[in-house]
Amino acid sequence: MEEPGLREIGCEQSPLSRPDGSATFMQGDTSVLAGVYGPAEIKFSREIYDKSTVEVMVRPKVGLPAIQEKNQEQLIRETCESVILGTLHPRTSITIVLQVINDGGSLLACFLNAACMGMMDAGLPMRAMFCGVTCVLDSDGQLTIDPTTKEQKESRAVLTFAIESTEKRILTISSRGVYSTAELQRCIAAAQLSAQKIFHFYRDSAKRRYSKS
Amino acid sequence: MAAGYKTVEPLEYYRKFLKQSCRPDGRGLSEFRITTINVGSITTADGSALVKLGNCTVICGIKAEFANPAADAPDKGYIVPNVDLTPLCSSRFRPGPPGEEAQVASQFIADLTWVLYCDLICLDYDGNLLDACVCALVAALRNVQLPSVKISEDTGLAQVDLSTKSPLKILKKPVSTSFAVLDDTYIVVDPTDEEESLATGLLTVVTDEDGKLCTIRKPGGSSLSAERLQECISRAVSRHKEVQALLDEVLLSVKTL
Repeated sequence: MEEPGLREIGCEQSPLSRPDGSATFMQGDTSVLAGVYGPAEIKFSREIYDKSTVEVMVRPKVGLPAIQEKNQEQLIRETCESVILGTLHPRTSITIVLQVINDGGSLLACFLNAACMGMMDAGLPMRAMFCGVTCVLDSDGQLTIDPTTKEQKESRAVLTFAIESTEKRILTISSRGVYSTAELQRCIAAAQLSAQKIFHFYRDSAKRRYSKS
Repeated sequence: MAAGYKTVEPLEYYRKFLKQSCRPDGRGLSEFRITTINVGSITTADGSALVKLGNCTVICGIKAEFANPAADAPDKGYIVPNVDLTPLCSSRFRPGPPGEEAQVASQFIADLTWVLYCDLICLDYDGNLLDACVCALVAALRNVQLPSVKISEDTGLAQVDLSTKSPLKILKKPVSTSFAVLDDTYIVVDPTDEEESLATGLLTVVTDEDGKLCTIRKPGGSSLSAERLQECISRAVSRHKEVQALLDEVLLSVKTL
């Protein structure tokens, strides 16, 4: 069993004053700033009559969002939608803006973590928490959790999972590269183990924030 | 009567069928729609294919062009995939710049300094777009015939010899299999448009001929345990064999003509 080595994780809650909730999430050199607005008013054409409309915007460090960002936006949006109790706020919009501050690998996982912390900070009703974990497999089948950009480039396969907190089941998978079924199962097991650590971190940082200071 | 019930309570209507392990169109839960493949449908393209999964129709045309290789990979060509979802195929799509779904589909789809422009156009949208796209792309790529090229030593220009053509070397033949999770419990394969809109989760598995996985895409929705995922992968591997056999048969029939 490989030692699941997450890089150092850090988080700042409510760094921004205007959004309803915000959070900066750092994993090693990667850091992402999330701002969450909502439940707020929505354009008539976009409203859903029985639940809230979730919108995710991913802003790259330079330039405008391209196709790759659209793909990430969809993954993050569907993940958030599946945990937010949208039926409590029908005909409203929930907007999550994710700004890349620095990309040092495992960006999608960091997006997911920042989004979750941001939603928690905004006090949105959720049925579970979720976290993002990225694994890479190199040519010898060696598994690395939470890779850096360099490790990601040299790898044979990159897999990103979103795992929910109640039963540690898989919400989202996105992958690139070729790998076998056994390797997939190994990655899932390792990701679930790391998810445990991230959820502990969520709990600790929430505790720190809401204990008297 | 049934039609009215379906309009008013679509989910309840589906549940009645799912309880009996079948679907309103008569298929079992892990049964695909009839797949039809036609290669070389566009004679002016370098390679083309038309794929039908039930009603869902996707046509793929491939155009080869010379270009400067990308700076980070000077010994490789590259492909430019593009998926079009026009208002022709479904009322859900409006004219204008490509929508999100189209862009996601483009991103999903990877020697020589050829550029292959792969244009996929959806003619009739009835769910399971990714499977149809991947199938059409692979069939079209295997249909591509590139003319031989010589670089003339005096002028440094390329001379194209149209009389001798060679097929592309395809390293992998991926096949994609999509699943929809209905009601958090039932997993159905090859969902139709209706099933996709009712689904609580979607999952797409792409496998290669060795039974290895190329891509798994599951954007949120119902959470799955590792065991359920394994069931889906097994189905995807068996689906790969079905499609592979069909593709080989079609390509062979074209060659013998």
